[in-house]
Amino acid sequence: MAALEQLLRLVLSEAFLFYVFSGLAVASALGVVLQSNPVHSAFSLIVTFCSLSAIYGLLGAPFIAVLQIIVYAGAIMVLFLFVLMLLNVKREAPRAGRALAAAALLLGLLFAVQVGTTLSGPGLTPAAGYDASTQAFARQLFSPRFVYVFEATSILILAALVGAVVVAKKEP
Amino acid sequence: MTIPLEHALLLSTALFAIGVVGVFLRRNVITVFMCIELMLNAVNLAFVGFSRATGNLDGQILVFFVMTVAAAEAAVGLAIVIALRRQKDTLDLDAFSSLRW
Repeated sequence: MAALEQLLRLVLSEAFLFYVFSGLAVASALGVVLQSNPVHSAFSLIVTFCSLSAIYGLLGAPFIAVLQIIVYAGAIMVLFLFVLMLLNVKREAPRAGRALAAAALLLGLLFAVQVGTTLSGPGLTPAAGYDASTQAFARQLFSPRFVYVFEATSILILAALVGAVVVAKKEP
Repeated sequence: MTIPLEHALLLSTALFAIGVVGVFLRRNVITVFMCIELMLNAVNLAFVGFSRATGNLDGQILVFFVMTVAAAEAAVGLAIVIALRRQKDTLDLDAFSSLRW
């Protein structure tokens, strides 16, 4: 019974859940790149977004976690799937080339260097007394530092809205 | 036991690298677009990690703005994809080279 309790505590610990969702995120991200059918790629991307949302929650950012689901997994992916269905996209033929293999090798090398420097670094521990509740977030967002940027994004979204309609409109 | 920042950064790097590889390897415009979204998410994860490590909320505010811009970008980008499809009847990136010299 005690062993079971210990196992349960391990499985429900923050760190363990973080590694589970990390693995899920990386596996589904690989699925996005490796699958030849774009609709399957889109579904893999939804899994990536949802596991990233869980990771945001575990890292103490509940508002960002909810936004991730609503904006990315909700709005943006619905838009992607809508366009995929609208355009009836076929599978693509695989392409391979020497230049691409070289680029992949270079990126892999850079990644290895990054892993090495990160793991040998001094290490950062979470700051004490970190308040990332939605209340604290909103107080910061609507403080004079950010409120003008926040208002400017409304102009950006309006411009994007008008731009999208103009670009996608049929030529008269 | 808490999550070390390094591991969040490693996950972020891995996702970003996968996104870059996708942009290089895939030929479909929409899949390339999805890989760009993946890269944006990887950067967001790094922002959230650093925000927690430094005890400063600015990182999360930046993530909020990145999400807003990503939504606008997705709308305009997919409108461009629809316009491209109307021009050429294909979504293969290699077919769109009229700006190349």
